[in-house]
Amino acid sequence: MNILPGFYSERNKGHKTGRILFGLSVLLAVSICLGLAAGSSVLDLPAVVLELLEGSASSPGARILLHVRLPRVCAALLAGAALAVSGVLIQAVLSNPLASPNVIGVNGGAGFFTFLTMALFPANREWLAAGAFLGALCAAMLIYAVASGAGAGKLTIILAGMAVGSIFTAGMNAIKTFFPDTLYNGSSFLIGGFSGVAGQDLTPAWMGITAGILAACLYSRRTDVLCLGEETAFSLGLPVKQTRFFLILIACILAGSAVSFSGLISFVGLLVPHIARRLSGTAHRVLIPASALLGASFVTLCDLASRVLFAPYEIPVGILLSLVGGPFFLFLIVKQRNRRGGGR
Amino acid sequence: MIELRRVRAGYCGEEILHGVDLFVREREIVSFVGPNGCGKTTLLKSLCGILPLTGGQVRLAGKELGQYGRKELARRVSFLPQVRDIPVIGVENFVAHGRYPHLSFGRNLSGEDRERIEWALEETGTADLRRKELPALSGGERQRVYLAMTLCQDTDILLLDEPTTYLDIGQKYEMMERIRKIYEMGKTVVMVLHDLSFAFAYSHRVAAMEGGRLLAFGTPEETADRTAELFGVSVKKALLGRAEEYVFYR
Repeated sequence: MNILPGFYSERNKGHKTGRILFGLSVLLAVSICLGLAAGSSVLDLPAVVLELLEGSASSPGARILLHVRLPRVCAALLAGAALAVSGVLIQAVLSNPLASPNVIGVNGGAGFFTFLTMALFPANREWLAAGAFLGALCAAMLIYAVASGAGAGKLTIILAGMAVGSIFTAGMNAIKTFFPDTLYNGSSFLIGGFSGVAGQDLTPAWMGITAGILAACLYSRRTDVLCLGEETAFSLGLPVKQTRFFLILIACILAGSAVSFSGLISFVGLLVPHIARRLSGTAHRVLIPASALLGASFVTLCDLASRVLFAPYEIPVGILLSLVGGPFFLFLIVKQRNRRGGGR
Repeated sequence: MIELRRVRAGYCGEEILHGVDLFVREREIVSFVGPNGCGKTTLLKSLCGILPLTGGQVRLAGKELGQYGRKELARRVSFLPQVRDIPVIGVENFVAHGRYPHLSFGRNLSGEDRERIEWALEETGTADLRRKELPALSGGERQRVYLAMTLCQDTDILLLDEPTTYLDIGQKYEMMERIRKIYEMGKTVVMVLHDLSFAFAYSHRVAAMEGGRLLAFGTPEETADRTAELFGVSVKKALLGRAEEYVFYR
């Protein structure tokens, strides 16, 4: 009798997990269809797809779908999934719910190196993702060094991250000033958005993102154990340092790849993991795929909103995300402070 | 079982343990006592490899600690830290993580793992809490849940860092009885205790420490006087309740 409740709870949980992931997949599918169909000209999606399947892409609708909408929706969902999972991993490594690739300056580092690569090697666009990854890693290592120093409180990490982020932002602005020609679209990069993303911009990045999410899924149980606290994790036989390092590496590949084509998209990495945790619980086996699905849908929908809300004008999706994410971040800080009875 | 030779260790370049020699036998309860900052916790952490040694060596069942693989070691020694961070996780899942060092590559729980989890929950009286989340528990419940995870890890040696902190007097006795029961299952228990009367009532041997050195090590009988002296108090054996206990007073 005593074994049964546990058995049932596991079964129910399995059921619930399946339902959540299925629901989020449906959400993503709907978001993709909406993202492909809606915009400044509304496409009759089934007709256009049929036409493409027949092998002709001559009608304007087909060309819009193939060369404008499809790369854009792909970019949005890749960036959303990558930043959300990156956020989950960074929150786990720093054991800090307020951390995210954007908040702790990882995106800033990636952006700075992307700018640098653009300015120094304007002809080699395929190097951007590698540059962005390098930048993300630099920022992450800097923060990690501060965080692993003796007695660094959770707020200290966030403050250090903001400092690192602002240094890199200053660097980006400096490069933008010195190389105005190669960085003609620098401002929209700083805000973040997907207008003008072409298929070839995604080429090295999508591989990094796919590999990164898969690796994160494979590491989910180790991430769970890490979240129990450093000493407990060690006593359970987890190689704590290696695991942390590897998770940071994955987080940087994800964030760097996303930043290389989308610019400084903010708040996805913070917002999505929190909502996903509410839905799926804290087990990373579920949390990571749930965050990826939710992040992809969320950014795809926000991108759609940025195209249609103020049509014929288009606002960069970064602005929209900040408008949603900023207040949410404040809400988190207040909630956290109330729970702990005063910040540290 | 555990053999320490001239063990030196510390934090951030500051040495806390200045050469400790100690031998813990198989199947006994050993308690470390001493004033705050004397290196009790440091000693416990260097016993299980959490803290790297700066000198000397620790041998476990005749083999040096560094020669064990991470998981291999985790199958022999478990460590219950003095709890600070409280992860948001359900009790049953938390306890299940105790099986981590026993999981093979697929990292899925087997039927045997599930039985062990169930047993640990029953044994610590936490089966009713299984659906609750850790932050929602009281200090005493949480301590029991941590003990359940340690039991679930199924090691021969348990290292417990102040298992009675955050507990009221009734819960303290309850915890000590549980620890004695764990010993009776054939385990070796090494712990840090602040409460002298508990340490002397429940341990086979007591190690009194001061300033990173071992001052005295032996049965409660042998070490009671030295320990009292160390704290600047007096000690008397008195009949309390059912058994004779050591009472420390000034």
